[in-house]
Amino acid sequence: MATIVEWIAIVLALAGAVFCAISAVGLIRLPDVYLRSHAATKSAALGVLFVLLGAFLFFWAVDGEINAKLLLAIVFVFLTSPVAGHLNGRAAYRSGVKLWKGSVRDDFKEVLERGGKSGPDTVQEPEPPKRP
Amino acid sequence: MTTVFLSVTLVILAVAVIGCAYRLIAGPSRSDRIAALDTIGINLLAMIAVFCMLLDTQALMEIILVIGILTFIGTTVLARYIERGSVIEDGDDR
Repeated sequence: MATIVEWIAIVLALAGAVFCAISAVGLIRLPDVYLRSHAATKSAALGVLFVLLGAFLFFWAVDGEINAKLLLAIVFVFLTSPVAGHLNGRAAYRSGVKLWKGSVRDDFKEVLERGGKSGPDTVQEPEPPKRP
Repeated sequence: MTTVFLSVTLVILAVAVIGCAYRLIAGPSRSDRIAALDTIGINLLAMIAVFCMLLDTQALMEIILVIGILTFIGTTVLARYIERGSVIEDGDDR
């Protein structure tokens, strides 16, 4: 039984490594900062989550211990990787990196022209009702 | 047999790190380099997890947490630097 779980863990780690390699291919071949950060953030985080889950199952099957640090690392990577990608993309746009010429839509430009601020401040608030 | 599979996993992750290193060196903008550094850190974390499985020890788990935290803080600080031009602002305009 432990051997089967061990093999499942190893196959999970291998699948995660393949996801990481695919994200590296995307990081090399995609044409733009924003598309590249899309590849680098999402699929790399998914691959690392698979590898860490495999390690967790491996140590659970082999040593019979539940490693809380691995669970903490899984939660941490899952939370912080999209945040880092978002910050990096916003910094790239505000420092003037051009979009790819095949991009068809640019919502953040309108937001910057309208308000100059990013984030939830730019949501248009409805007019308060006037009292007679 | 498990050693062979884990070694193959480690090699695939190393190839991924080399691909990110290409983008780190050749990236046209600074944000490219930051994204590549972030991905290198995360792949390094996965490599250490596989290395723990290969050596069958749990002594390296703290390194996973520390590298995760340092990667996130480094990416945040670098993105803030290229966005605002400074990391820690002392003004009252926040």
